[in-house]
Amino acid sequence: MEIFVCVKQVPDTETKIIPKSDGSFIEESQIKWIVNPYDEFAIEQALLIKALKPDTTTVTVIRVGQTRDSEALRNAMAMGADEAILVEANDNLDSLSVAQALKAAIEKSGKKPDLILTGKQAIDDDCLQVPQILAELLNMPSVSVAVAMEFQESQITVKREIEGGALEIYNCPLPAVISCNKGLNTPRYTSLPGILKAKKRPLTTLNLAELGVEAPKILYSNFKLPPEKPAGKKFMALEDKDITGAVQQVVQLLRTEAKVI
Amino acid sequence: MAKILIFCETQGNSLKTVALEMATKINQYPGHIVDAVFIGNVPAEATTQLAQRGVNKIFSLKSSLTSYSPEGYAKLISSLVKENGHDYCFAGATSMGKDFLPRASSALKAPLASDVTNFIFEGDTFFGTRPFFAGKCLAKVEFKTTGPKFISIRPNALGLEGVCKESSPNVEEKQISLDSLRAIVKEVVKGTSEKADLTEANIIVSGGRAMKNSDNFKILHELADVLGATVGASRAAVDSGYAAPAMQVGQTGKTVSPSLYIACGISGAIQHLAGMRTSKIIVAINSDPEAPIFTKADYGIVGDLFKVVPLLTEEFKKLLS
Repeated sequence: MEIFVCVKQVPDTETKIIPKSDGSFIEESQIKWIVNPYDEFAIEQALLIKALKPDTTTVTVIRVGQTRDSEALRNAMAMGADEAILVEANDNLDSLSVAQALKAAIEKSGKKPDLILTGKQAIDDDCLQVPQILAELLNMPSVSVAVAMEFQESQITVKREIEGGALEIYNCPLPAVISCNKGLNTPRYTSLPGILKAKKRPLTTLNLAELGVEAPKILYSNFKLPPEKPAGKKFMALEDKDITGAVQQVVQLLRTEAKVI
Repeated sequence: MAKILIFCETQGNSLKTVALEMATKINQYPGHIVDAVFIGNVPAEATTQLAQRGVNKIFSLKSSLTSYSPEGYAKLISSLVKENGHDYCFAGATSMGKDFLPRASSALKAPLASDVTNFIFEGDTFFGTRPFFAGKCLAKVEFKTTGPKFISIRPNALGLEGVCKESSPNVEEKQISLDSLRAIVKEVVKGTSEKADLTEANIIVSGGRAMKNSDNFKILHELADVLGATVGASRAAVDSGYAAPAMQVGQTGKTVSPSLYIACGISGAIQHLAGMRTSKIIVAINSDPEAPIFTKADYGIVGDLFKVVPLLTEEFKKLLS
């Protein structure tokens, strides 16, 4: 069985985001890069499935991005993925181009995918598009925001989380593209032996130019900080005698000033 | 003059508000032809609501579908856009919209600007604003293509304000055949709450680690019931087991845009703020006067939430009765 996991490297959530002075993107020099948290659930799920038939299952992780993104791939291999593919490209691709590049890279690998797993979204652009686009381009079914997955030989049962904590339960034949949400599993930590093994695992580098991908059709620009709110009103209510007054004032202001009640 | 299509999602027999938000905003730019599309029947009330917002024609797409299907919805919508030559296709960035719209757009090799929070039209050209890095910054989004362009709009971001020109749309039924679908919904398991989803809620009451346990969330539910609000939680509260994961607001949880967000015992970590900073009004209750949440709150109460929240419930009850 061939499983592909698409991963992204993104700024750590603690990162202070500073737009560049020309607004073309953000300052990248101080960023601590991590594997996109949702992709960890995808990697873990691939490894859990591989554990069912370890000798006949291969997990390949794949990333379209900059050379530094090979870190995310080595990390995935340290968890237990077998191989990695990096398509070197700039970061200004849109979701459609990224999906086209992933498709081309998968096809170039010569492996016929049985299952493709991704995180439900990348926490840098929150676009939530690539998994579904990839499925459409590969003519496969897709289920997004998976919180549970039962794997049978040629089909899977997937629970998808929608509004209000409700769940849609899908029967989905393979091959398919599934995007993973928190709650699907508990990603394993990398171990030192795993990290050492990862250094020896094969990492193929491809160039975007050799893959015949369309130029991006979306342009992002004018990156700036959101408008700052003026300072709010603070009411002290640490002493019991002040609580009623503070609460009454806030409730009144919510009606008369903020007009939200 | 652009030809625009608005996907209308229904919940039960009502039109989801985000569709009306989109129709209202688009109507502020006269001169375009704006159609609406429903998959399945068009609720009677929806026709009136769309007429109030100048919609030209309402498509009702009929097919073999009996429930939601990402492949099915994508095929129906992309077929309509292609057949009718729509320049733009808008949908709400709801669970459904975020799921099927990328399949629909890529079927036509078209770009999709997702989770857009504001936009303008200059003539026929769309310029949008969307958040990046969980809302820590904003960026302008524009298209570089002559073909169809898809846009998903974050619910609650546009609002419903705007004087609209009315119209008398006709409803046109179309039958579209679908190939057999592969991923099939076998069952839908309802969530435990009857309230609006956090991403669509108008008022949210949220609890943090200071809630100490899940039973204490009862006082937040009581406040929420009086306000017609949905209850959320910080990651710290969820990780400690005080609240279900679906309740998490924040960078790795849900991003919300309510008119009012009441944060109870939440310190205000960057990741939490990322999920709720676009709330119109923020109220914070925390016993630590230096808690970062107060820097973003419009109204802050420094005090013990176990004393403040029940009193808030009382006062709101009096105000709203």
